[in-house]
Amino acid sequence: MQVKGTQILVKALKEEGVDQIFAYPGGQVIDIFDALYDQKDIEVILPRHEQALVHAADGYARSTGKVGVCLVTSGPGATNLVTGIATANYDSVPLVCFTGQVPLNLLGNDAFQEVDIVGITRNICKYAVTVRSREELPMIIKKAFYIASTGRPGPVVVDIPKDIQVAMGSDEYPSEVSIRSYKPYDSVHMGQIKKALSCLNKAKKPVFLIGGGVNIAHARQEMTRLAELTGVPVITTIMGKGAIATNHPLYVGNIGIHGSFAANNAISECDVLFSIGTRFNDRITGKISEFAKNATIIHVDIDSASISKNIAVDIPIVADAKIALEKLIENAKPLKIGKWVDTINDWKEKYPITMNNYEGLTPEKVIRYINEHYKNSIVTTDVGQNQLWVTQYLEIDENRQLLTSGGLGTMGYGFPAAIGAKLANPDKAVISVNGDGGMQMNIQELATAVAYELPITIVVFNNGYLGNVRQWQELFFNKRYSSTCLRYRKSCERRCMSNDECCPPYTPDFVKIAEGYDAHGIRVTDEKDIAAAFEYADSYKTGPTIIEFIIEREADVFPMVPTGNPLGDMIMSND
Amino acid sequence: MYMKKRWISLYVENQIGVLAKISGLFSGKSYNLDSLTVGETEDPTVSRMTIGVTSDNVTFEQIKKQLNRCVEVIKVMDFTEMPVIKKEILFVKINSCSEKDKEEIFRIAKVFSLSVIDYNRNTALLECVQSENRNDDLIKLLNELFVNRIEVVRGGSVAIESISITDR
Repeated sequence: MQVKGTQILVKALKEEGVDQIFAYPGGQVIDIFDALYDQKDIEVILPRHEQALVHAADGYARSTGKVGVCLVTSGPGATNLVTGIATANYDSVPLVCFTGQVPLNLLGNDAFQEVDIVGITRNICKYAVTVRSREELPMIIKKAFYIASTGRPGPVVVDIPKDIQVAMGSDEYPSEVSIRSYKPYDSVHMGQIKKALSCLNKAKKPVFLIGGGVNIAHARQEMTRLAELTGVPVITTIMGKGAIATNHPLYVGNIGIHGSFAANNAISECDVLFSIGTRFNDRITGKISEFAKNATIIHVDIDSASISKNIAVDIPIVADAKIALEKLIENAKPLKIGKWVDTINDWKEKYPITMNNYEGLTPEKVIRYINEHYKNSIVTTDVGQNQLWVTQYLEIDENRQLLTSGGLGTMGYGFPAAIGAKLANPDKAVISVNGDGGMQMNIQELATAVAYELPITIVVFNNGYLGNVRQWQELFFNKRYSSTCLRYRKSCERRCMSNDECCPPYTPDFVKIAEGYDAHGIRVTDEKDIAAAFEYADSYKTGPTIIEFIIEREADVFPMVPTGNPLGDMIMSND
Repeated sequence: MYMKKRWISLYVENQIGVLAKISGLFSGKSYNLDSLTVGETEDPTVSRMTIGVTSDNVTFEQIKKQLNRCVEVIKVMDFTEMPVIKKEILFVKINSCSEKDKEEIFRIAKVFSLSVIDYNRNTALLECVQSENRNDDLIKLLNELFVNRIEVVRGGSVAIESISITDR
């Protein structure tokens, strides 16, 4: 049977098991929206901005492991996706982004709302393609889902000119796909596995360093089993956090520029560093030449380009984390490293991460409340201090998941991602933790959360600053708070150093903003009101609630490794 | 950091945008791209690129891995240490030639095994198919002999595995 391009697209979405898509209409996709209007299997979610749209699809994908699907119009609709595509690309999130395009005969004509979105996104996605004939449309969609979801997952852009959307063609959607130039690894080199284990077995001071790859591969159980089997302590990156339950006795903490003392020291002093699914990004290595200086480094990664990119690796293993872990478990044995484990535990006890030096309401207390009261939940963060505090204090196990923009560090990510996560996981509590700066980058999504009756708890830590940059200015720029005060008004002195009651009031009033969107809002200034505020939010089952926590204006995130320092060289507090 | 000249032969899908993808990878990651040639192969769905880069060992390993992970790349071959035949086409136009200049040009052509493929009263056009290094030398020589009078266009190297040496 002959069908329109839009009809084969809808059929393809169904065949790929898509139940929700994140979509914003426009001139060049109006036919697709018309085709979607008639069917019941796919819920079309309308966010209020395309950047938020792609972050919502990202939150949907990260929280389910399924492909997140975006549909936007050409030109500005497409360019608004760019930040979200780059975000997903960095954190290996499977997305398929459909963009409308001007008709083929106008391509290159500088037509209304024409941009070369494939050219724009080429370097920030896994694969991008403009469909050039109706015949190839079904196979391109099939390939897009396959490429996005296999190997190291990532975003794929499919640009569909308007005339192809309405052109008639076959109604067949292929069930299989084979791409000669793309063959993801589905096995592991046993020789390398044995080599790695024989190296691990000889170690006196080994550690596992686990990145996001283990979480993406859904290999938490395997990771926990390997750790328990060998008795080797586990350190994670921010993206790897949760690869083993954070309350597990073998879990040490996060490494990196805001990692724990125990974790950073263990990495600096270990003799075998067994890493799985991490890129050795500059935020975790500190000074490269000092990183795990005395260690033999084993590195498992599905992306061979991640191996020996930043850190020279002694034993490389190219494989999916889950497949590698299964083989490791089969061949691993317990290590006698009691003394080393004791040393690490001493560090953990002696130098815990804490905000006890600040009085009253602190982010730590709020996050600990979340730990206690939301056992079955998804927590998203924005970027900045709010993210660092959450990744320091949030406890994660198989029932609580963390979604955060780790690689690109995208402000404005957290709240829309929570919308995607809540839509995909209606039975889980979803809490979005933000700073006052990032909250305003996609605040319009309150309308989306209200429209789809999503009871998301939105935490805003309000310190009136772009706090992370302010902290750097405090520590390394002599407190010259250049453009980081969000209470600044024209009437202020340009080089204001004051931080007191004379400052102009904060804008906006988040509680009133919430009310304006027909959502709920509450402001908390005292630690004793934390519980009541969360209970207030929980009492609303059909819409979002903002809880604005007014926190110490100049609270810092510690420990901290200044740029260029070795990991072990940490500032523990600003006293 | 041992910088040296290296060669890659790359099989890619013969599709729109693939050249931009590959060249964009080099610019985006600040790799030092010296030359890149591309053309369709015996199979019209496949193109083959010959890429010359100057880099250290670590970066070169990264370059090969990054190329390999591109969805459109079918095969990456490192030609740096392999026995290959490698040639570059070079045209040089020499302007304002005197009779004496022309005599010199024909002498050079003989010694350097190049052809004078076109000329008129005061202009000569040389064609040279040699290694990249030899072409460099020739341009240097012509630049010295005919100051501000030469016009150069180069094709970039193409390379293929040699037969006789590989067989041994």
